[in-house]
This record gives sequence, structure tokens and C-alpha cells, in this order.
Amino acid sequence: MEEHGKPGQGIGARVKRKEDSRHLHGRGQYVSDMVIPGQLEVAFLRSPIAHGRIRAIQKPAGSEGAVFVRADMPEAKSIISTSSIPSYRVSAQPPLAEGKVRFVGEAMAMCVAKTRAEAEDLAERIVLDIEELPPLVESMAALREKNVRVHEEWEDNVFVTLSVDNDFDRLSKQATVVVKREVELSRQAMVPMEGKAVVAHWDERTDQLVMYYSTQTPHVVRTGIAQFLGLSEGQVRIIAPDVGGGFGYKVIVHPEELSVAWLAWKFRKPFRWIEDRREHLVSGANARQHKYQLTGYADDKGRLLALDAEITIDGGAYSNWPFTIGLEPGQAIGNLPGPYDFRGYRCTTRCVATNKPGFMPYRGVARTGVCFAMELLMEGIARAVDRDPYDVRMDNLVRPEQMPYDNVMKKHYDSGDYPQALTTAREKLGIEAWRARQEKGEADGRKIGIGFASYCEQSAHGTSVFASWGLPLVPGFDQAAVKMTPDGGLEVRVGIHSHGQGMETTLAQMAHEILGIDVSRIHVTHGDTGTTPYSTGTYASRSIVMAGGATANACRELVPRIVKIGAHLLGCKESEARFEKGVGVIAPDGKQMSLKSICEAWYLRPDKAPLDVDRRGLECSVSYKPERDSGAFSYASHAVAVAVDTDTGQVEILDYVIVEDCGTVVNPMVVEGQTIGGIAQGIGTAMYEEIEYDVNGQPNASTLADYTLPGPTEVPHMRIFHMETPSPYTEFGIKGMGEGGAIAPPAAIFNAVNDALRSTGVEVNRTPLTPHRLLEAIERARSGTLPKREAA
Amino acid sequence: MKAAAFEYQKPTELSAVVSALRASNGEAKLFGGGQSLGPMLNLRLARPKKILDVSTLPALKVIEDLGTAWRIGGGVTHAMLEDRVLVGCEPLAQVARGIAYRAIRNRGTVGGSLAHADPAADWPLTMPALGATIVIAGVSGERRVAAESFMTAAFGTALAEDEIIAAVEVPKISADARWGYWKFCRKTGEFPEASAAVLLDPQRKVARVWIGALNGAPQSLNALAVDIAQRGFLAISDLSVSQALEPVLGKIDAAQRRLHQTAVRRAVQLATA
Repeated sequence: MEEHGKPGQGIGARVKRKEDSRHLHGRGQYVSDMVIPGQLEVAFLRSPIAHGRIRAIQKPAGSEGAVFVRADMPEAKSIISTSSIPSYRVSAQPPLAEGKVRFVGEAMAMCVAKTRAEAEDLAERIVLDIEELPPLVESMAALREKNVRVHEEWEDNVFVTLSVDNDFDRLSKQATVVVKREVELSRQAMVPMEGKAVVAHWDERTDQLVMYYSTQTPHVVRTGIAQFLGLSEGQVRIIAPDVGGGFGYKVIVHPEELSVAWLAWKFRKPFRWIEDRREHLVSGANARQHKYQLTGYADDKGRLLALDAEITIDGGAYSNWPFTIGLEPGQAIGNLPGPYDFRGYRCTTRCVATNKPGFMPYRGVARTGVCFAMELLMEGIARAVDRDPYDVRMDNLVRPEQMPYDNVMKKHYDSGDYPQALTTAREKLGIEAWRARQEKGEADGRKIGIGFASYCEQSAHGTSVFASWGLPLVPGFDQAAVKMTPDGGLEVRVGIHSHGQGMETTLAQMAHEILGIDVSRIHVTHGDTGTTPYSTGTYASRSIVMAGGATANACRELVPRIVKIGAHLLGCKESEARFEKGVGVIAPDGKQMSLKSICEAWYLRPDKAPLDVDRRGLECSVSYKPERDSGAFSYASHAVAVAVDTDTGQVEILDYVIVEDCGTVVNPMVVEGQTIGGIAQGIGTAMYEEIEYDVNGQPNASTLADYTLPGPTEVPHMRIFHMETPSPYTEFGIKGMGEGGAIAPPAAIFNAVNDALRSTGVEVNRTPLTPHRLLEAIERARSGTLPKREAA
Repeated sequence: MKAAAFEYQKPTELSAVVSALRASNGEAKLFGGGQSLGPMLNLRLARPKKILDVSTLPALKVIEDLGTAWRIGGGVTHAMLEDRVLVGCEPLAQVARGIAYRAIRNRGTVGGSLAHADPAADWPLTMPALGATIVIAGVSGERRVAAESFMTAAFGTALAEDEIIAAVEVPKISADARWGYWKFCRKTGEFPEASAAVLLDPQRKVARVWIGALNGAPQSLNALAVDIAQRGFLAISDLSVSQALEPVLGKIDAAQRRLHQTAVRRAVQLATA
């Protein structure tokens, strides 16, 4: 990897993460580390069937006060997420199942005991009487189904339908080449290392429900818990300590969390629930499952003129609060065009209710799917016109001189050079050498393939964008509170949460950029509604732009106040003194006054401070959002070389190159870390992770023995190269980039495998590419039963 | 999930283990390295009344040179075999090194793996291929069963409810013997989807080809082994391998069939290269 970065500790410096010390020493503090005297453990009894009407839930004898069902908790409301999307249908998700069960794993009863094992003993003794209903397992079948409905009050099984037609008929008619592709992504779970976790208790002193809560969005969760329990917000405090990965799973108020909150509120005692891996895999199988039918209309050079798409999302049983199930179809239809420049677009996206856990936003939200679909189509177009897929992509990418560019969905691409990223990726991969090796053939008989994928990633999109997705809760300004300490250090408090993003470091770097205080003396606090200003939290690659922008602006606001005190201490005029990062205040004669002395004068020796000192002191809270909130678009091209063993179906990644541009880089190491982590997850989507359902709606993976994740030996060494095109709209030109790594790997890897197998006629199009699935396709080709690819 | 309650006992003598087993009437489970039983307890798939912890029982930890064979205690961990190459039984270290992850190898035991009898596990395939003998202890003393007939089905063995694997005796192979072991795992550490072991020891007039990761116990491909002993890798063709496999592969799809063929072919390749 080329060392990219600036010297010092400010923006662009490779500062080592402040949070690493506690994590690497095993001293992180997670919800499971919280112990409140007298806390009781909670276990949930979950539905063993996918769809049924609850006739009775019989509690075990002698379990009074220890087993709870929906009817026991009338004070807790069902989780209802409204949306302003006209076609959106509301689903009410009760904290514990009510009337019906709608997926295997839905919580039906809650058991409380001194230990988790005893709580599970109780759960085992509950007798369920459920009238089985036909399960709706597959989205296409659920779409066609006339009689059975997941939500009986609906007229069919469709959560949301979104349609768009921009000049499709006219432009598609100009095409000389028509290419069809169908692609599909399987259902997967997000699998953060730490699952959901809550410890809830009632604090009599503050008259508050206090919850240690593994969440990305403490302030939003507070609103949700207060709403669904009928409490005032002041009565709820959410503390998100160290969080072991979020990925979107923890931006939602989950029924179990609400149930545990109800227990603590009702009984004024501490209760704890820690989701285990089995619960996670069964009730958290909620991401990625999309089907695409695409038809590309191109000219004879492969220039895309119009795109026709049908997208079907397997939405599972319930919408979620507050992001709603409308987010996924909204992002799918909006982001499918990707980094490409074309003007004809017709798309219908349906999100279908099925008897599976409700869909949730997973790192990359819909874009992993749309990138996969679009990039496989691009490859198909290149084949149809018999050109190098690189050349076809280059002809179709939005060009730098078109920036800022409003695409066919009116997405405003703010800046960048998309073709350059692709060209660099191709160069860095060393395309000629790979093609030569491919031509020559491997000694072990494996086949070499090369694949590319490009995407752009809307990051830090704000009010207007989220409002257009119809959410009940829309982000606005983000705030940061900064306070100089009496010894010249700085405290930064933000309402976002950092759970792997390294923001205790990068926000300190941004403060350092303004004030020059050593990052070791800048203390960043986040994740506690009791101590931090409001923010909707960490999601959608937004926090470095939003909280970072707020932090920088708050620090700037302190500068004149610092100068005023400094000038007084130096005995010069305020207008003559100047602020110097890392030094303090300097008088015209060169005399210096340190920040420490200035802070001392304000806090400890106000007798030394000027009489007309700024009374707001050396602390302030400032809110920020970018000048234009349509999003700062990061982008990247991935290039990968693989070897395919046609006798086992095994795919080995031999080289993986990323050329990414997230605008001004705050800390290259953090960007690289986020990229590597995202790509590991993208490789999981591409090759390993899958929860299949049988005809009864039973998931086939409920432990990590069945659910395969990539490990250190499956995630290859990656080579990351940076470009830096600042966003014109954000503070310092920074763009978010947290999701990007997870977007492109399926597309790049499948294109590489299809390239390797081109001579065999095999073309794979469904994630994950398990060896068995690939070998099946190869065997079909060997036996001559390969379906002919439709292409004109 | 957490295990349901059970009684826990840690005998210090092998005799105490077998009498406790006898007394429990089949309601006790031996706990060796706990790498399979541990998760099964937590998932409440195994619900023994009693756990007999033999993980540190000294009598089961012995590795002994018997001259023409090595005697390996049932409680010897995969890691112990990985770290110590036994002269004449070099394949053991090689196979041990490929089992799951080091963390699992540190705890998992040879006896535990054989007794658990997962069809895809390494020792149930390796031991018959090496012609090993399983030494079984019961209340009335020891008895010996050839490894090739020890595993009777998926998760089924010749062990009675009140017996324990005391040791495995692995005959030493000749200096010029050839060993080929190949397995296909989706990722490092997973159970294989196909596996094969080949031993060619002309001096001892031994030729064995075994395949594992089937629906039931690993199977011997005798005729193919004889052919390989005579002709080497020339005996291997798509046809010969698929014919040899035909009787042992149940109803499986073309991809799985191909994978098993590949396993045989590659194991033979390793043994004949």
C-alpha cells in the first residue's frame, strides 16, 4: 500500500487511533460489561414456525412474575413506523407477538431469572398452541399470492411499490443492442461481533429509565423508547458504551429492547438481555435479499441509452422504526443508475412482505445489490458489443467535466473523476500481466479471471434526501459541544456514536486542525443522551461530515474568545493579536500566550481576565449541516484477479485493488481500515454468507457452523489507493465513506469469475458464490444443459 | 443459549470413568475437549444428566512407542500430535495440522473425535486409512476394534454406552511409504465437503484409498487401491474414479459427485507424485 497522508495530527494525518489502546488491551466497555446490583437476566421464547395464529401461550406453573406475554404489557405500544411514501403500508410490530406469529424467531414470551440458563429453562416450559398458516417464504410467490397475507388487513403482500419512468420509451427506441440480465442476492444477517444488548434500570434519583444500549443512534432510540412506552423523553436516558459493530442493525428500536425497557420501567429493577449468536442468525436474517431483472438498451459501441429494471426486495414481516422498510426500495430505485451517464430509465421496485425477519438497512443499503446488478449488466453489454468491459465502462461513466452532475434520478454528484479511478485501478492491478497469465494458463489447471466494479456512494445525505424517503424521523443539523478545560485541553461532545469508525480520533484531528491542541489532550465523548448534544446518530456514512463539520465550526467559534483573553494577557489590542495553532495567541511584538494560560485566566484566575471578556466563555455548542444536503458522493473502482478451480468450484482471490475517493481524507489509516472491513463484509456477501429458508420458512443456518463468514484466511491482502477530490459542499471537502467497501466486492468478484469461465459458457449471477453453486453451474455446462443466455 | 443443568464429575482414574459410565445407565456423557459437545450442550441439543470430564485424565494423555506402532491415548489433543512428529506415523502430524483452527486443536482430542464420529471429521478417515486399531476400555477391561469397522454410521460407533476410547494404536509405515491426504473445505477451519486419504506402502504390501465426508462412515475403495498399487497414477481416470465411487456415494448431485472425484484424484496425486 502506498503511504498516503500528511504530517502532523490534523486533517490528512495518519494518526494512530486513540481508542485502540483500550480495545487492544481488552479493556473496552460493552453493554455486557455493565453490572448493576440485582440485575435479572432475560430470555425470549421465539416462534418455532414461520406463520401462524396464536391460540394460547401457556405459562409454566409457578412462573408468576417471571414470564410475560404481550397481554401482560399493555403499556408498551407496538412499534409502528409511518411513511409519507403513498404506496407504503403500515405494519405494527408488537414487542412480543400478538395474534399471529410472522417469522421463525419472532419473540413470543419473555422470561426473567437470576441467570440466563434459568431464564431459558423457564422458556422451555412454556407451551405454545399455534394454528399453522401457510408460510409465504419466497418474495415472488408472496407477490402472486391472493389468499394468504402476512398482514391480514392489507389487500396483498406488498409493503411499497416505487416506479419511475424518465424518457424511457424515446431513448430505448434508439438502441441497437438490447441486453438482459437477471441477478439475485441471498438473504443474510449482519453479524456484528456484539449482537443486540441492553441493560435497563430505573434510576430513582433522576427519575429516569436508564438503558445501556448497544446502538448507533442513542438520541433516536431515546425518542423511540419514550414514544413506545408513553414516557416523556426526559424520563429516558440512553447510554451506548463501546459497541461491537453496528452495520445498520443498531439504528433500529428492536422489539426485544422495548420489552426489556418495559420490564425496567414496570418493576423498577435492573434487567439485562444479551442477544446470542443463534438469536441473531434466526431473528436477524434481514438483509440483502434482492432480485433484479434488467434490460439495458445500448448503441453498438455499448453506450447505455436506457435502462429498464424490475427490482423485488424480500422485505420480511415488519417495517422498522425509524428507518422504515421504504428505505431499501427507495435506495434501490434511486441508486441503480450508479456512476453511469444515461438518460432513459424505467424502474419498478417492490418490497414484498414474507414470513421472514423484517428487512433492515445493512452497510451499503441497497447499493451492494444495485452495484452487483449494474456491473453484471455492464459486463453483459460489453460481451454483446464484443468490446473490453473496461472500454465500455469508460464510455459510460460520468466524466469529470460533467461535475457536478445530476443523474437520471436527479441525484446530484458533487465532484470527482470516476474514469480516473477505474483507469488507475486497472493500472495498479497490472492488467497486461494478468491477461498474459490468463492466456498462458495455470500449471494447476485453474482459470484466471479479472473483474471490475465501480460505484458511487451517497454519503452524509441530509434533510431533503431522507424526507424524500418518507421517514418518520429526518436528520437535520448535527451539533457538537466543545469546551476548553482549565489546563488547556479540549472536550468534544457529540451525539453520534463511534463503533469502529475511529471518530474519537478523527474528530480530535478536526479539532486539532482548528485549535492545534495535541490530539492526546482532546477528549471526545459520544453515545450518551445525558451528556451529548442531539444528533440522529451514526449511519449512512454521515458522521465525519456532520459531527466533524460541527466540531470544526464549534472550535472556530472559540478562537475570537481565546484571542480576546490572550490579547489582554499579552497587553496588546485584540485586533492586533492573532491566533496561532499549537501556540496560542501572539502579540505584534512576537510575544506568545499559551492556551493553557488563557484557559487558566478564564477558569481559575478570572481576576486576570479582561473585564469585557466574552461571557459565553470557552465552551460552545454549534450545529452544522453542509451547504447543500443532497449528499457528498464518494466513489471507487475495485479491480480483482481470481483463480477458479473448476473441479471444486473454489475461487481464490489473488489480488484486490481499490482506488477510492472520499474527498478530503481526515485520516488515511481510518479510511483504509473502513475500506478493508467493508470489503471483508462484501466478500462475505459475494462468497459465503447466506441463510436459506425451506418451504416451511425454516432458516437453515442458526449457528456459525452453518452460517459461513469470511475469516482472516479468506480476506486477501488488499491494495488501496487514494484520490482526493474535495466536495464543494462540506467542511474541508470531506465525504463520508463508511459503507463503500461493502458495496463493490460481489460485483467485482462475480465479474472476475465470469471472466475466468467465459470459455465454458458459465455465467453466475446469484450471491453467494459458494463452491457448490459454482460447481453446479460448471457441471451443467459440462453436461451441455446450460440455459442459453438471452442476449440480442 | 446456555446449557441446561447437569451434574459434573471429574474422575481421576480410567476405572472410575468406566464405572461411572456403567452406573449412569446411558445418561452420562464423556467430555473430552468439548469442541462438539460444548456447543451441543449450549444449544441444548445434548441433554445429559451427567458430564464426566476426562479432558485432563492423565491415563488418556500418553503417547507411547510400541515398536511397530504408536499408542496414542484417547485424550491426546490434535495439537499434541501436530507438535510432535511420530517417526513412522508422520501422517498424524500432517492431518492434525489441518484440523479446524489451533484454538480447537488445543482442546479437541483424538478419542473425542473418533467417538463423536462426525462423517466429515479427519480422524475417522485417517485411522482406517492407516490401519489403526481402537483400544476400548470398559468395566470388564480392554477390547480392540479395527478402525475400519469402528465407525458404523454418521455419529455411530462400536462403543457401548459404558465404554471409552482408551487409545488408538497406529501401525508404523515403512520409510518409503507414500501418504496422500486431501480435503476440500469451504474455508479454513470448516469441516470438509469432500476428503480422501491414500496410503501406499509397498514394503508392507498395503494400499488403501479411503474417502470421507459422506452421508455415513468413511468408505474404502479397495479395488481402486489395488489398481493404484500396480499402476500408480495411471490407474486414475474420470471413469475409474467414478466407477470406484459409485457404490459408496448415495444420492447426490453432480457437483458433489465431482467434488468427491476430485478429492480421490488429488489424494492419489499427492501419494504418487
